[in-house]
Order: sequence, then structure tokens, then C-alpha cells
Amino acid sequence: MRAVPIIAVYALQEALRRRIFHVVLLMTAVFLVLYWLGANTAFDEVARAENGLPVDKKELTGGTLFGLSMFGTLFLGAVLAAFLTLGVVRGDAERGLLQPLVVRPVGRGALLAGRFLGAAAVCAPYVLAVYTACALITRAAGGWWPDQFVIPGAQLAAGVLMIAALGLLGSVFLSATANGIAIFMVFGAGLVAGLLGQIGEALDSETLQTVADRTSWALPFEALYQDALYRITAESRGFTGLAIQLGPFGGAQAGGAHLPLWAVAYFGITLAVTLAAFSRKDL
Amino acid sequence: MVPALLVEDAAKRYGRVQALDGVSLEVQPGELVGLLGPNGAGKSTLVKIACGLIRASRGRAEICGAPAGSPRARAALGYLAELFRFPGWYSADEVLRLHQRLAGSAGGADERGRLLELVGLAKARAVRVDAMSKGMQQRLGIAQALVGSPPVLLLDEPTSALDPAGRRTVRALLEELREREIGVLLNSHLLSEIELVCDRVVILSRGRVVAAGRPEDLSQPRGVEIETDEGLRLFPKALRDQAPGLVEQLVREGRQIYGVRVLATSLEEEYLEAVGGDTA
Repeated sequence: MRAVPIIAVYALQEALRRRIFHVVLLMTAVFLVLYWLGANTAFDEVARAENGLPVDKKELTGGTLFGLSMFGTLFLGAVLAAFLTLGVVRGDAERGLLQPLVVRPVGRGALLAGRFLGAAAVCAPYVLAVYTACALITRAAGGWWPDQFVIPGAQLAAGVLMIAALGLLGSVFLSATANGIAIFMVFGAGLVAGLLGQIGEALDSETLQTVADRTSWALPFEALYQDALYRITAESRGFTGLAIQLGPFGGAQAGGAHLPLWAVAYFGITLAVTLAAFSRKDL
Repeated sequence: MVPALLVEDAAKRYGRVQALDGVSLEVQPGELVGLLGPNGAGKSTLVKIACGLIRASRGRAEICGAPAGSPRARAALGYLAELFRFPGWYSADEVLRLHQRLAGSAGGADERGRLLELVGLAKARAVRVDAMSKGMQQRLGIAQALVGSPPVLLLDEPTSALDPAGRRTVRALLEELREREIGVLLNSHLLSEIELVCDRVVILSRGRVVAAGRPEDLSQPRGVEIETDEGLRLFPKALRDQAPGLVEQLVREGRQIYGVRVLATSLEEEYLEAVGGDTA
């Protein structure tokens, strides 16, 4: 395990020096500027509008906008996680980067752990920073602050780390390009399942809700995201709460008490399967 | 004495392809063994089994008595892969520092400087890998393999990207390694290079050892050629020991002798005969 921090620092240096990191930073800056513009405009226009509905306009606007920002944050975090892990095993082996490291007296487990920690050290702070920035922008624009702040942020970060773990697993079997495509397909499948769940809730369709539930268990990053959305407006009641919950960025599905346990177990299972597959892999 | 590298009955199958089929070889400390064979003969597979990068379907490999792939075996090993790359954003010095940490070498800056000097990259210490020529990267790869002074070196095509001067540097380095009692398995297509530096040669074809021995033992006598005042005289069946008698006889016959050459097949000829039509 002596090698874990060495590999983690190596992975961290690699992540920070890769062009994709700078692209993500640029995309993030653009996203935050657009979000700031959008949030200011939305709060202004909603404040002026008279719709006669019994809703707390600030609550509805803030909850929906911040939900949108969480989707953006999750997406950007997923892009970063995918690019940091998609080529860790097979991609690096095909490029000849992995072999000089693996023949050193470093266990393959230590190598994987180091690479995961390196990716996590970039992704988690990134997600938390963007999440916090969006919350501050929302408060500055409309005086709105989420009902719960810490847990949803941690859930978003955990969701992105889960995507990184899945990327690591895929990298054992797939080439970098194929793995990148697979990660985004899995990510997209999770989000579609979440939307299906919300539609199911609105239409009171048990089938759609069941599909969404099962997908959330299979891809817990989606369940974490949904639960985080739920928590930011957890105290909204009445028609306002209903409007937020049924909107595109409202959390229709609370995760339940077992979600944290399942998320931890899922992490463990994913990393254990990755290690088992990597240990048997010919390089 | 515990061999630096021991491979016994190693076999490897990839699906329907039998890449290696019962190969055995030994490299003793201080011995340079050349591994020859056409493309697809199983040379790189054998080297990778010894490194622990792939698992043999059958047989075993040991590095200094430890099973290949075990932490003890990897600690005793320096490896240069046929296809390798270092991160382009690292400098030569940073590459060596990373490998020092991974190998647990306490050599520090002194070792890094010495290794870069050894491979002719002393002035490229701060040069980033992506600014290096292929030859420079290969020399850096050799330096990387030597980090921590391992007692066994497995070099897979170490001179494929080097110019003649670079090859000479590597040959001198290999001679030095022999003096330091380091066991080296050298996988190369360059027969002349193998002939020049290796103590023994193992020729693989279709996953099997088809010839092995010292280069001079592998070559076959092809007669004695004597240059006289009447021109070249060839004695095709004569052996080396018979050369003085032949010279004496020619002198008795009144010929002037200007030169004598004992002829033998080259390693290249022996190699081509051993691998037959296997040129895949």
C-alpha cells in the first residue's frame, strides 16, 4: 500500500496537466456565467409576472434553477470522471503507459486504488466547488437558499465518484473510446430513468415508477442525484412543493434510508470486481 | 547458484493461438542471453511472463528464485517493454524519480544523474518526454529499467529506435552490466548486435526453442580460405585446426601467403536455418 499515494499523486498530476481538465474548467466558467445570467433574468421576470397561482414564486424559481444547476454540475463532473478513468487499464496498456508501472513492486490493487484516489481528488472538490458556486449565485440573484445544503452536495460528489468507479471498471475490459461511450450511455440511461420516474409520479403510473426504481438501484448515482434534488426543497409544502417536485429538476423520488448503505456497498462491489478483473488481465 | 531468470516449460495460449509451447531457459547472474525469433515466435510473450504482465497457461518462471509477478520478483527486475511510453508532461528526471519511488530506490538525485549520464541523456534531464526524439525516449526507457540496480534486466527490443551511435552506447552498457553480475535477457531482431554482446542465444520459432547455445557453438565450419600470390585458395572441408598444416603445405609448394581466414556460418545463417520458413 506504500505505492497508493505515489500513484495517486501521479494520477493527480496527470489529471491537472491534461488538456481535458482545462477544457472542463473553461466549460465550467461558461456554465457559471450563463447560470448567473439565467438566474438573474429568471428571478426578475418571475417577480414581475402575475399568474394568480398559489405558489411561492421565489421558492419555485430558486428550487427549479438550483435543480438545473445540479444537473449541470453532475454532467460536468461525469465528463471529468469519465475522462480521468476511461483509459486507466486497457487504454494505458495499449499506449504502453501501464506496463512500466505494473512491473514495479506495486500491487495491481494499489495501482487501481491510487488511480481512483487521484481521480477522486480532482472530481470531488470540483463538484463541491461548482455546487457551492451555483448555490451562492442563486442566493445572490434571488435570495433563495436550499433547504438542505451539505448532504445534497455530498450526494452529488458521491454520484460522480460512482461514475469514476464505473469508468475504472469499464477500463479493464474496453478500449478508451468504447469505455467513454459506455460511461455516457450508462449516465444517460440513469438520467432517462429518473425522468421516467418523475413522469410516472405525475401520471401515477406504477410501471414507470418501478422501472425508475429498479434503474436507480442498478445505477445508484441516479438515485443519489434524485435524493439530492429532493432534499434541496424538502421543506416546500402545498402547491409550491408539488410544482417543484413535478418539474424537470424536482426530485420526485426520495432515496430512502437504505440509499447510503447501498451506495457504499455498490462502491465496494464495483471496486472489488474491477480489482478481480484487473488481477487476471494479461497486459 | 540461484539463476537470475528461470523459465521452465512455459506455455501460453491466446484462444486458438498457441503463442508459447513448453519453453525453458535460464539466465545466470552476469550472463547476457539473446532471444531471437521471427515476429510472432513468442519472444515478447515469454518476456511478459517473466515480468508477471501475463500469466502462463502452463509452466513457471522465477526471478532470482521468486515466482514471476510476485512483489519479490518485481523488486529484483528491470524491464524495458517493446512498446512503452512515458507521460509526455514528465521530464526525464521526473520519470526516473517516479520509478525510484515505485521501486523503493534510495538512490536519489545521484542515481538519476548517473543513469542519465550512462544512457547519454545528462543534458536532457529537464527535457519533457513529449519533446524527446524516439531514440531519446528509448534511452530514457533503458535508464528507467536500471533504476534501483536490479539484478535482472529484461530488455525487449532496446535498440529498435536507436541510431548506430546509440546502439554502440547500449552495447557498452550491456558489457558493463555483465561486469556488475546483472543477468540480462535481450530480445532483439538485430542479429549482429546479439552476436556481438551475448554469451548465449536462444532461438524461438512458433512458440518453441529451436536452437540454443553460445553464438560460436551455433555456427558451422565452412572451410579455410588462404590468400596466396596465385589468388584465393578455398579448402571447404578444412577445420580451424588444419589451417597451420595447409599454410605449411602451400609454403612448401613455393607459394607466398598473405592471409588466412577460417570460415564459419554467421549467426544470421544459423538463425535462418533454425527458423526455417517461419518469417511471419
